[in-house]
Amino acid sequence: MEIIDILLAASFWEAAIRIATPLIFGVLGALICERAGVLNLGIEGVFTAGAMAGWMAVWLGAGLWGGVLVAALAGGFFGLIHAILTVPLGLSQHVSGIGVTLLATSLSYFTYRTALPDVSSPPRIEPFRPLDIPFLSDLPFIGQALFSQTAMTMLALVLVFVTGWVLYRTPLGLAIRAVGDNPSSVEAQGLSVYGLRIGAVVVGSSLMALGGAFLTMSAFDAFFFGMINGRGWVCIALTVFASWRPGKALIGALLFGAFDAFQVRLQTEVGAFLPSQVFLMMPYILSIIALIVVARKADYPKALLVPWFKGQR
Amino acid sequence: MIRFEPRSNPGPLLVYGVPVLAATIAILLAAIPLALAGAPIIEAYGLMISGAFGSVFSTSEMLTRATPLILTGLAAAIAFRAKLWNIGAEGQLYMGAMASVAVGSGVIDGPSWVMIPVVIIAGMIAGALMLIGPTLLKTRLGVDEVVTTLLLNFIVLLFVQMMLEGALKDPMSMGWPQSEPIIDSAAFPALLERMRVHIGLLIALVSAIALAIFVKRTVWGFEIRAVGENAAAARFSGISVTKTMILVAALSGGLAGLAGVSEVAGTRGYLATDLSPGYGYAGIVVAMLARLSPIGVIASALFVASVFVGADSMSRAIGVSSYLADLIVAMALLCVLIGGFLTRFRVHFDRKSAQG
Repeated sequence: MEIIDILLAASFWEAAIRIATPLIFGVLGALICERAGVLNLGIEGVFTAGAMAGWMAVWLGAGLWGGVLVAALAGGFFGLIHAILTVPLGLSQHVSGIGVTLLATSLSYFTYRTALPDVSSPPRIEPFRPLDIPFLSDLPFIGQALFSQTAMTMLALVLVFVTGWVLYRTPLGLAIRAVGDNPSSVEAQGLSVYGLRIGAVVVGSSLMALGGAFLTMSAFDAFFFGMINGRGWVCIALTVFASWRPGKALIGALLFGAFDAFQVRLQTEVGAFLPSQVFLMMPYILSIIALIVVARKADYPKALLVPWFKGQR
Repeated sequence: MIRFEPRSNPGPLLVYGVPVLAATIAILLAAIPLALAGAPIIEAYGLMISGAFGSVFSTSEMLTRATPLILTGLAAAIAFRAKLWNIGAEGQLYMGAMASVAVGSGVIDGPSWVMIPVVIIAGMIAGALMLIGPTLLKTRLGVDEVVTTLLLNFIVLLFVQMMLEGALKDPMSMGWPQSEPIIDSAAFPALLERMRVHIGLLIALVSAIALAIFVKRTVWGFEIRAVGENAAAARFSGISVTKTMILVAALSGGLAGLAGVSEVAGTRGYLATDLSPGYGYAGIVVAMLARLSPIGVIASALFVASVFVGADSMSRAIGVSSYLADLIVAMALLCVLIGGFLTRFRVHFDRKSAQG
């Protein structure tokens, strides 16, 4: 059967992990923000900013890792705007997030158009190359699926473990989780609620921006308008699906990547019977179904969306 | 240390002045990207103003742009009042547009006084249904409506694309994915000869006034405000939160759907996937600038529309990217958010740390 053939091909899993990579960055970023009690709907714009800034830095002559750093800084900058509006000022996290998305997206597009006024096809950069790790990359199946990805995918996978370790094994992680559940208890410990929340949103947004940078610096080699295409919003859905846990976030992103890679291959088999749009809708429909399935037991951080003011009991 | 002290009673100057100030600051901030892009700033602002108000034609274009913005702004304002975070006006707009095309492009025919209400009602029902689904998921299962309404925007746009390549495709369009044109009796008449501004503008203005009266003067309007301010207290005082939410969803989705009808039947004449350049999202800005007041929505929609039209014509004249308009609108949203905070709180700068 063709379906089994699809699932058994190493190239399928290679594609699945590649599609999952930006989502892993995005979900990790979103869950760090939300664990600290701040919903960050700026994610779609931060993705765009990361994609644009990273690509443009490399195009202007920075090294690839320099581009990654620039992308992270751009993400951190927009995260800081969101954090200032929502944490000390306690403004609506929904509206501020949408505002940051609009700002980051329009600023990225404006910058791109100002730097390149008249180009119809975007200039290419030399993106991250697939790794060629001695021995590991030569392993049958796993070698192609996992160890022939680019360094950014490896970074994403490492960050899953780092995030999990920080959140569950360090005092800092305990404080971040507490600030999203019961900020007053954190203040009673003598820690700064504002500091922790702002820091978490800035770091989380930097991670989100790496998801965008992966698209222009690893998966593709140029920046296109509309290239983020809802990936950020999907990350927000995946965060709920993952119950705010890094390990589950990895699984969710991989399932999502596998499904996406699968539908592309299925499309070539049955494409004649179903319009291509039906397949393109699948990721979004799947996200909504995932939300419905886990909604009842979703264990939201208790202080998510709730502004906290100094001295409040 | 900075300390915030709640203002017990912000004066009218503060309440009405702050959004105007925020919009002004956003426009002034735009001088930074303009200067970085190497544009002559004074000339650019001059071109922006004449682009929106310089002639009957440019003002007609601005009012044409403002029409869907008033409607999506009202859609966001009524939903946000009840704390129903409808981010899906873009999808509801397209659903409304599609429904009006489905009934208005020749399937049925009649005089204008029948056909115009028919396309309006079809579009409003379609838009309303698009939001009632996510609202039921929210009230029954606790599924976050922000994400579902957002994701539905993408699903709807793909669905529209699919229909425009299938059932709704115009066989005369020479392969372009667009619908058959709206028949003449269903088309919105123009308000001025040889100009694009059409009766959709009047419909939008009437909707704003009707919504203002509805919110202020009816029991349902009171219940919507009560649910928005404190859902638990509203439930305790015997208001059915679910029913109120569904009423809000029907109103909000219906208004966003009406924006789609107005674009199809008034401005464009047919449906294509580029019908809206993000009117659904811009509606959120319009509503926030208006501080969720239906009458205020008219003013803020006019502001946002003149930024779009003015910046468009300025960018054509001196070759600056037209994304500047989106940038100004985004900055206006963030400025008005901060402004809203300053109306509610007085800021004190203390030498010493002050606790509660």
